[in-house]
Amino acid sequence: MRIALFVTCLADTVFPQAAKATVRLLERLGHEVVFPAGQTCCGQMHVNTGYPGEAVPLVRRYARTFDPYDVVVAPSGSCVGSVRHQHAWVARRAGDERLASRAESVAARTYELSELLVDVLGVTDVGAYFPHRVTYHPTCHSLRSLRVGDRPARLLRAVRGLTLVELPAAEQCCGFGGTFAVKNADTSTAMLADKMRHVLSTGAEVCTAGDVSCLMHIGGGLSRLRAGVRTVHLAEILASTEEAV
Amino acid sequence: MNGRDVVLSRLRAAVSADGPAGRVPRDYRRERPVDLDRLVERLTDYRARVHRVPEAAVADTVAGLLPPGATVVVPPGLPPAWLPPTVAALPDDGLDVARIAAADGVVTAAAVGVADTGTVVLDGSPDQGRRILTLLPDLHICVLRAAQVVAGVPEALARLTPRRPLTWISGPSATSDIELDRVEGVHGPRVLHVILLP
Amino acid sequence: MTRTFLGMPATAPPGVGHLRGDEPFPAAARRALADPQLRRNLGHATGTIRGKSAAVIDEVPDWPQLRAAGAAIKADVMARLPDLLVQLEAAVTAAGGVVHWAPDAVEANRIVTGLVAATGADRVIKVKSMVTQEIGLNEALSAAGITPVETDLAELIVQLGEDRPSHILVPAIHRNRAEIREIFLRAMPGVDPGLTDEPAALAAAARRYLRQTFLSTPVAVSGANFAVAETGTLAVVESEGNGRMCLTLPRTLITVMGVEKVIPTWRDLEVFLQLLPRASTGERMNPYTSMWTGVTPGDGPQEFHLVLLDNGRSAVLADPVGRPALHCIRCSACLNVCPVYERTGGHAYGSVYPGPIGAVLSPQLTGVADNASLPYASTLCGACYDACPVMIDIPSILVHLRAEAPHPRAESTAMAAAAYTMDHPTLYAAAQRAARLSRLAGQRGRGLPPPLSGWTASRDLPDPPAQTFREWWAAR
Ligand code: SF4
Repeated sequence: MRIALFVTCLADTVFPQAAKATVRLLERLGHEVVFPAGQTCCGQMHVNTGYPGEAVPLVRRYARTFDPYDVVVAPSGSCVGSVRHQHAWVARRAGDERLASRAESVAARTYELSELLVDVLGVTDVGAYFPHRVTYHPTCHSLRSLRVGDRPARLLRAVRGLTLVELPAAEQCCGFGGTFAVKNADTSTAMLADKMRHVLSTGAEVCTAGDVSCLMHIGGGLSRLRAGVRTVHLAEILASTEEAV
Repeated sequence: MNGRDVVLSRLRAAVSADGPAGRVPRDYRRERPVDLDRLVERLTDYRARVHRVPEAAVADTVAGLLPPGATVVVPPGLPPAWLPPTVAALPDDGLDVARIAAADGVVTAAAVGVADTGTVVLDGSPDQGRRILTLLPDLHICVLRAAQVVAGVPEALARLTPRRPLTWISGPSATSDIELDRVEGVHGPRVLHVILLP
Repeated sequence: MTRTFLGMPATAPPGVGHLRGDEPFPAAARRALADPQLRRNLGHATGTIRGKSAAVIDEVPDWPQLRAAGAAIKADVMARLPDLLVQLEAAVTAAGGVVHWAPDAVEANRIVTGLVAATGADRVIKVKSMVTQEIGLNEALSAAGITPVETDLAELIVQLGEDRPSHILVPAIHRNRAEIREIFLRAMPGVDPGLTDEPAALAAAARRYLRQTFLSTPVAVSGANFAVAETGTLAVVESEGNGRMCLTLPRTLITVMGVEKVIPTWRDLEVFLQLLPRASTGERMNPYTSMWTGVTPGDGPQEFHLVLLDNGRSAVLADPVGRPALHCIRCSACLNVCPVYERTGGHAYGSVYPGPIGAVLSPQLTGVADNASLPYASTLCGACYDACPVMIDIPSILVHLRAEAPHPRAESTAMAAAAYTMDHPTLYAAAQRAARLSRLAGQRGRGLPPPLSGWTASRDLPDPPAQTFREWWAAR
């Protein structure tokens, strides 16, 4: 299958290993990955900070860039959530009904990685090998905006060598929330502290998730603590093989 | 403009662009069979004490719940056979507040019982009386017939008359205000007995 | 306000009531976060209620259908609100009640104070109601020489502790049993000095303290959970029996309700009476629900007044995106699941409406400029939407209100610049390179300028990658 990658601005700039792993994984599974030129950002930061008007060109750019493709994947639950639940609203708010329906059409073909694998490609065992103790944080947007459910856990359970340990209070937000971490830094820090406490209580070596932003937030906190727990994107685990270890 | 005109014209302006209202989906459960055991279990769970006896045994049951000589408020239409001779009945012929408040208990019938929620509903009929009667005494004995029990809230509302004053009672008075823990006994009766007749 | 605009949707007036805080949310939150006892109390209480509520919701297989019905009934109510209120007024009047209309808090306070004064009473008993807190009725009554007595246990704890409520349902949620015992020992006249901190003992102390007041006060003020337009029936849902006392014993009953509380038919109660207790206190049914229609001769209050309050609701109604905030049945489930509320408590929100619903309701009632920090008091995690029994999409309303909020000049400039860059891939790639260079030059993950410094104060940014993804792809 020909799959267009929406890398997302954050993965592109700060976390390219997640996007590279997405490419390696899909190619290993026998699919063709293309990287449409002209893509930048979904506009979520603008929308969630109160600037939906400024996001209109980004919504238009996204629709134009990805409209030619039947299947689009992004290694980020929150960016897919924005595409699916915000783009048409942004367009309608600006009075652009044509853009809104185009955005809805592209959104219907845009998938988060675990959705793509399980629902579209029909695989849960991707042939990965990752001999580590791992805990999974189900990030709010994957959990509640996209409802990815147990797809990531099913994918992780099929990884050879991997021990999946349950994260206490897993469904609680890590406190990132984009601009929230800046505008309400104290509350965000308090939430992060609880999330880290729970991660450390699992004894896991690796904390994984399907969202680059939350991983960056949790990873940043763990690094400051020198806790010795690594944050690794779901795509990186699924892309790991015996040969590559 | 008076207050009424101001409020109504503001609200009319606010909905002026509305289209027709959507349909309300009502595919939740209704008209289910009654499970008396469930009623008993749920009443008990919220600390009501349940006694399943035949109608002929009501007076004896009441006698067992109150010490001899206890004063009991009695609504005007309560079946006299429900009261044991051991208690001192205070029939409500316009009893004043002080006498009701000083009574040891009150015996009433009920209008409806709700199995799902462990609820009895009083509707002010003559065998239940004014609302104050079941509010001030610390002990309430409520006699409920099996035929008055319904499965859930929809079935209960269908049997009730809105114009009557209604009191839905689910266990004794309680509060969750201290650490969100339910504790029994604040202002309403602290003890609730339900006598369930076949 | 000029006469011309009298009939247009309007926000709640400033200077009266409790819809506006004294300081922005982040500042108030900082103080709350510094109080470890508060965080423990909140964590314990919200955790308890979440567990109880989940268990009783699990018992109901048609919960999703009930939620959908509840949401649809409320949407229908809003679309027909003026007509339903006129219908309600007619039904209440026919049953012997008197209906009053209050465009705002000032008017509502004037109406209620006047009604109490007309009875000659100098004291009223009150059953907990959000709306009378919203309009500052207690202050208005006190100013008129009338003593308001709160009869709900938690409200009593707040009143005796000279504190402010911090939760919709459990206003003293921020207090634990030991603190409540201390407040009672200090401020409750005639309290037994041997009082323990057993919840049952504390409840019994409140029972003794309020008993005589209940029996001797001729006027009560209540709110309402529901008002049925078809029949004129009002419903109050409660636990302790203080509601029954207020609704049964006095000669005069005055009920103040927000206009949005009306529901069309008697039958609609079957939906809300299933949703509310399970979402709210986590009970299958709350201990007491009272329903009354006008006046019943010989039973209960013989004089009944219903005050219908706008106070900003028409402005909320006029905004199609924000309108569902009026669907709220005040169950407080959204507070109990909110990770922000759990850490900051209710006082940080300033308004009497805290938590997620407060963050969307208060700014709409007052106009966003007067509560501009509240729409940002959320990570948009969506837990509130999932918990809400009437399916209010709070995150979407928050995002909508952020767009309406006044923005700091520097932020607007930065956002416009960022959008321009993001819409020009060449500029964007250049910006990525520039960011990497400046980061490599500085200390890793530290020393960002404000406001971004708030983010890096407690977390490291990851090592800057040697190559962006698009550079890697191009070189492949
Ligand atoms: S918004 Fe929903 S969850 Fe929150 S208090 Fe209102 S009804 Fe309950």
